[in-house]
Amino acid sequence: MSNATLESEAAMADGTPRHGVEQLSMQQALNRALDEVLAENPKAVIFGEDCGRLGGVFRITDGLQSKHGENRVFDTPLAESGILGMSVGLAMAGFHPIPEVQFDGFAYPAINQIVCQIARMNYRSRGTLPMPITLRVPSFGGIRAPEHHGESLEALFAHVPGLKVVSPSNPHEAYHLLKYAATRPDPVIFMEPKSRYWQKGDVDFSAADAPGFGAPTGAKVMREGRHLTLVAWGAMVSRCLQVAELAAEDGIDVEVLDLRWLKPIDADALVASVRKTRRAVVVHEAPLTSGLGAEVAQLVTHGCFDTLKAPVERVTGFDVPYPSGDLEDEYIPNIDRILFGIQRVLEYRRG
Amino acid sequence: MDTLPLPDDGNAAPPPTPDQLRELYTLMAAVRHLDVSAVAWQRQGIIPGYAPELGQEAAQVGSGYAVDVSRDFVFPTYREMGVARAMGVDMVAYMSTHKATWHGGLYDPAASRLAPIQAVVAGSVLHAVGWAHGQTLEQNDGVALAYLGDGASSQGDVHEAMNFAAVMKAPVVFFVQNNGWAISVPTERQVAGGSVAARAAGYGIPGLQVDGNDVVAVLEATRRAMAHCRSGNGPVVVEAMTYRRGPHSTSDDPGRYRSLDEERSGAGEDPLRRLRQRLLDGGIADDAFFAAAQAAAEAEEASIREGIEALGPRPGTEMFDLVFQETTPALHHQAASWREESEHV
Repeated sequence: MSNATLESEAAMADGTPRHGVEQLSMQQALNRALDEVLAENPKAVIFGEDCGRLGGVFRITDGLQSKHGENRVFDTPLAESGILGMSVGLAMAGFHPIPEVQFDGFAYPAINQIVCQIARMNYRSRGTLPMPITLRVPSFGGIRAPEHHGESLEALFAHVPGLKVVSPSNPHEAYHLLKYAATRPDPVIFMEPKSRYWQKGDVDFSAADAPGFGAPTGAKVMREGRHLTLVAWGAMVSRCLQVAELAAEDGIDVEVLDLRWLKPIDADALVASVRKTRRAVVVHEAPLTSGLGAEVAQLVTHGCFDTLKAPVERVTGFDVPYPSGDLEDEYIPNIDRILFGIQRVLEYRRG
Repeated sequence: MDTLPLPDDGNAAPPPTPDQLRELYTLMAAVRHLDVSAVAWQRQGIIPGYAPELGQEAAQVGSGYAVDVSRDFVFPTYREMGVARAMGVDMVAYMSTHKATWHGGLYDPAASRLAPIQAVVAGSVLHAVGWAHGQTLEQNDGVALAYLGDGASSQGDVHEAMNFAAVMKAPVVFFVQNNGWAISVPTERQVAGGSVAARAAGYGIPGLQVDGNDVVAVLEATRRAMAHCRSGNGPVVVEAMTYRRGPHSTSDDPGRYRSLDEERSGAGEDPLRRLRQRLLDGGIADDAFFAAAQAAAEAEEASIREGIEALGPRPGTEMFDLVFQETTPALHHQAASWREESEHV
């Protein structure tokens, strides 16, 4: 065993940041990020339903209670408004709460605390009571889950003044975005694509130090292309990357932009990409009407009106309640629907 | 009537001294005069609205007086002017919320130990639980004092807060001012079972029901409850039975839902007059003292009114600057547009 390996294991044991590249699932990457956040900030606390002893129903907090203690990682009673309301008080007492809502649809019972309290306390208190709350929400569909376990709430959260919203698309992003979000002085809704929890990918631990490439803010080009930009976030990014591979077989060179931050949206990156490709399709799981795709389309239109070859197209979920597992694949944008969206944009003729 | 009395653990504070009783009267007189004046200010156009606490002076001053601002933290609603005054909060900064200057008030909540004014009914009871649990985690002995009313007790957050606090043994005093009315709906159509304190038994925590118009009873109950919390015994519910003698707010018309006879019989004896009689009977204060207290209250109100009248609107940039600790490009852009395109202040 080399010294480097020994050092790496020692670093993991203290929860201190690591270097180099490792292949991890998103669940492991998130767990690693939380471990390090707890080690680095004595005021960080993790709590929610089943987050402690069990390690969360998705095991994102696995092992953290036994390592960091029951005062740092703890179970709460089963009440989401209580979890989020309690987060406000902990933040007022100087903590950095990292609560978990077990599933997206169960953020609804906590909406009053999220919208009326967490989002506004910094404002109401004139900046004297900041709300450094990182709310982790296992989000989106794709796992054949029961009702209310597959919702896409990004447009709702992004609409609320005082909240920031981010969603990672792969293990590398999950690690770096969570470490960044959980050290911010403002509330961040961290939407974890639960269908990607068990997919592995390279996590470059040194990327955070590298200028430019590793910055945890803004959008990120995941694949460069010349003919059209696919804009996506969360689980839809990997699907768009698959689509880009297929389109390449037909000679269509697709750029894939991972929006990452859904508030604030990186308008500059959107515009830079689409000014180059002159065509854009935005893809999301949430229903179409008043979805975040409309916001993206407006930002692109405003920034690229003179160069756009076609109206921005949206490929999204439908305006229906999220369906049962049997119909899930009909609802979530699939490869064919995204390809049709690309085709509509490429074939668009003015007038 | 204590539904689940506190254990006799030697935490009962001594009864208030004559000096403290006189101070309580002075505070209640100041609060009464400011409260009545604030309604007049609204009628005169000095402030756009106000939520009077007339009749609740004993409940508010008695409980607020028990707070140790060096370690405790208080979570008010929008009707806790008497608590703020008893805690020594800057009253121009407090009353600025009613001038519509800034929703949460202009006082510094962290320094004054009074959370920003809360307009959501039962909105802050869970915050008190979180803050209190933070004291447990850091092994501090601070206590959270959460205010709520009989109307708020219908909110689900109150159940979640009491259950969380009891499970975590969080040092929270849930101080219920049962003032008989939630705008137009009386307690009997609001609180099943008739008592919020009675619910404490269901959570396995002490519940005290006190005469909320007796400032000494309120002070002693709050002190006992806070001592219980401070000793690591978990939360307590204190229900102060009082009466909202005035309207819900300066926009309300109680004549549409209760008669003057009902008001008179429901309100009972004036808490300020009760304390005055007690001080007279005990030889603790005389007419000269009461006259001086009234004169001080009037001078204080005049000074606060001048401060309120002198308050201009906040700079419009605060709309944008105080949303986040780290602002966003979109907000920056919107602020720039506002500056260019509006007749701004």
